[in-house]
Amino acid sequence: MAMDKKIFTTPLIKSNPVTALVLGICSALAVTVKLEPAIVMAISVTLVTGFSSFLISLIRKTIPNRIRIIVQLVVVAMFVILIEQFLKAYVYDVSKQLSVYVGLIITNCIIMGRIEAFGLSEKPLPSLIDGLANGLGYGLVLVVVAFFRELLGSGTLYGMQIIPQSWYAAEGGHYLNNGLFIMPPMALILIGCLIWIQRCFQKDDTK
Amino acid sequence: MESLNLFVKSIFVDNMIFAYFLGMCSFLAVSKNVKTAAGLGLAVIFVLGITLPINYLLNKYLLSPGALAWVSPSLANVDLSFLSFIIFIAVIASFVQLVEMVVEKFSPSLYASLGIFLPLIAVNCAILGASLFMQEKAFATLGLATVYGLGSGVGWFLAIVSIAAIREKITYSNIPKPLQGLGITFIISGLMAIAFMGFMGISL
Repeated sequence: MAMDKKIFTTPLIKSNPVTALVLGICSALAVTVKLEPAIVMAISVTLVTGFSSFLISLIRKTIPNRIRIIVQLVVVAMFVILIEQFLKAYVYDVSKQLSVYVGLIITNCIIMGRIEAFGLSEKPLPSLIDGLANGLGYGLVLVVVAFFRELLGSGTLYGMQIIPQSWYAAEGGHYLNNGLFIMPPMALILIGCLIWIQRCFQKDDTK
Repeated sequence: MESLNLFVKSIFVDNMIFAYFLGMCSFLAVSKNVKTAAGLGLAVIFVLGITLPINYLLNKYLLSPGALAWVSPSLANVDLSFLSFIIFIAVIASFVQLVEMVVEKFSPSLYASLGIFLPLIAVNCAILGASLFMQEKAFATLGLATVYGLGSGVGWFLAIVSIAAIREKITYSNIPKPLQGLGITFIISGLMAIAFMGFMGISL
């Protein structure tokens, strides 16, 4: 059991897929303008990573090595289609905002990385836990970045106004939203800073 | 004129890396020196330039709503667009595998320099992303779709070669220890993205 716990906890911070292993950056940057799509994205990726790792691990002994990439992609694509249809049915607005990035979960390197590194060689249950944990670690970064970008860029959190209306220039105040935070480049810089902070606390780990 | 406009736009304004963050993983992983970066960039241009037209045809005659009308009028109501992810990725993955085998067979020297990057390309988000954007933008002709593919590839190539050049230079700079390597690369790409924003709104 102790072993299982470790599988679950290390990917959250210590070997976080985004800041430590640099996987899945593409979508981490694009969907973090607002908290809501970021959370939806985090949940979707967690589910897809967990279940595709589980399924691949179940059939790992029957996959021929040469065409394994195609097999993996098809399995992942199947789960992503399920998620996409589900999102379209229940949270249509968010699925419109995410646009192509839902489809791009397929090529999210976290999923392929976990399948290659873990699902192909381990038993199904640990693979499921490992996949879910990595998805959560990814989600954590997404939520932190989205928190800052939404708060500083639009003055809201999860759609609710946090910065008081009366601070804005229109109401006679002197506050302005930092428009740069809505722009894509700021996501890169924020993640750069996150990595900086994390490595400060883990000095002995970096060579 | 329209295609020239699209080409320039897809290189600079809609740059895959700096505007949409696609293909970020290999962008960060394979940008340590200019030569390998250029190799990967060329491979991406090549794969994009070929898979995009294939996916365009598939989308037009198989996947989009009512696309099957050319088979028989009774199929005009069929909408297979929910299958597009799986079809697109299957085309890309099998094409990449095919190219890998052909190159390995006929040109071992090219394989030695390009070979290691080919499997990476199958999971490069820029390739699938371009196909999905193509579907969303609904180009009018096959030519435009091809131009879009090539343009996106060239944009990606430019981005990875320039960041590799910068990274080669900064190995000698004095950067705070925890920020070295990955952290500073992120911040530099952020600054480059801000620079690329200057191209916004250009049209010919």
